Amino acid sequence: MKKPKELKVKPIKNGTVIDHITANKSLSVLKILGLPHDQSKVTITMNVQSSHMGSKDIVKIESRELYSSEVDQIALIAPKATINIIRDYEIVEKGKVQLLSEIKNLVDCPNPNCITNTIEPIYGKFYVIKKEPVLLRCHYCDRLMEEEEIESQF
Amino acid sequence: MSFSLKNVISIKDFSKEDINFILKQAQHMEPVARSQEMSQGMVGKILGMMFYEPSTRTRLSFETSMKRLGGGVIGFAETGASSVTKGENLADTARMISKYADALVIRHNLEGAARYVSDIVDVPVINAGDGSGQHPTQTLLDIYTMKRIFGKIKGLNVALIGDLKYGRTVHSLSYALGMFGAKMSFVSPPELRMPQETLHDLKEEKAVTQETDDIHQVLDEVDVLYVTRIQKERFPDPEEYSKIKGAYLINADLLKGKDLIVMHPLPRLDEISTDVDNTSYDKYFDQAFNGVPVRMALLDALLKSF
Repeated sequence: MKKPKELKVKPIKNGTVIDHITANKSLSVLKILGLPHDQSKVTITMNVQSSHMGSKDIVKIESRELYSSEVDQIALIAPKATINIIRDYEIVEKGKVQLLSEIKNLVDCPNPNCITNTIEPIYGKFYVIKKEPVLLRCHYCDRLMEEEEIESQF
Repeated sequence: MSFSLKNVISIKDFSKEDINFILKQAQHMEPVARSQEMSQGMVGKILGMMFYEPSTRTRLSFETSMKRLGGGVIGFAETGASSVTKGENLADTARMISKYADALVIRHNLEGAARYVSDIVDVPVINAGDGSGQHPTQTLLDIYTMKRIFGKIKGLNVALIGDLKYGRTVHSLSYALGMFGAKMSFVSPPELRMPQETLHDLKEEKAVTQETDDIHQVLDEVDVLYVTRIQKERFPDPEEYSKIKGAYLINADLLKGKDLIVMHPLPRLDEISTDVDNTSYDKYFDQAFNGVPVRMALLDALLKSF
């Protein structure tokens, strides 16, 4: 009997591997990174087994490293994600995303009557009330913002 | 006892000690508020008023408070006569007035406006109502009124009635009542229930609350009926407003034989019938007067500690 061919995901030469993404959140991670885009080579693995998390997603992006603002945004929807920077097939940097207690200039307040949604020279500022699932509170108008509302902005 | 705040933006910023301090000082201010005594406590100080939304009691009681204490008042009561109509943003207007005045009082139609101003100016800022957000000085005078009548807040049973969704007074008041251990009933049409933000905070402080749309369910058990106006100006849809206005009507017949008082932040439309005025139930005009000694105490505490 012929053995089914297994499609192997090749290691990347240069780029970023985002591991331990909350299961089924990889598409939102791609949105944060502005992907898909042009020639970017991206591999997505969804809902695979994880000894720590039960199940997880993984995203591999070739020839691309992340900005710190992108990492901060990823932390909002995948607080356990790890970022691995690959150069010449080697992991040169490995780190966990960190959800800070205060979020500045990353998301907008969903309250249309909030002072931040005006012409004023002001940016969104939120406090992290709960980490998993994430719950934010607007510094200005006190509005609570749940994960779904955060994701819809990316 | 002392006062720890630099700004008065949300009642949630207050500790019990801060509130008790203001209540105690307000009592000392009453003879001055009634013009029985004179005070020079604020001589040489100027209060800057920024009213982007209409106000009668809040604005006039702040002005009265400052003047009774010997201080002066500048600012605008409506945006029509200021550079706001030329398109000046709130940040610039606030920064400018903060250079003229020793403290700012701001009322704005947008939530978070007072917090924003307090972040960018150097003088104390008092929130006199921000959209559907908070109205902390109203809460202080509400608590003062209840305490003057009942001697305590703990164990009181208070029904908040009407527009609990858009009504900023009830958002602030419910938090303070929870802090002092009062029980609360929230009586509103389903469309105007307390917002999830307020319910979340009340749960955090383990406040005892219940929600209903039937006022008759609570009439026999409450000490205070805190009635609010259904606010036309906050409704995105006028049709929704016309369906709900007049949902609750408090009149002498309804109150007959009940052991309670009626409060209202005013202005009222038809939610409290005039046949309740001057009865033993009517405490809303005393409540409006209490705005003066309470705001005097607050100005004194803020400007002296600053």
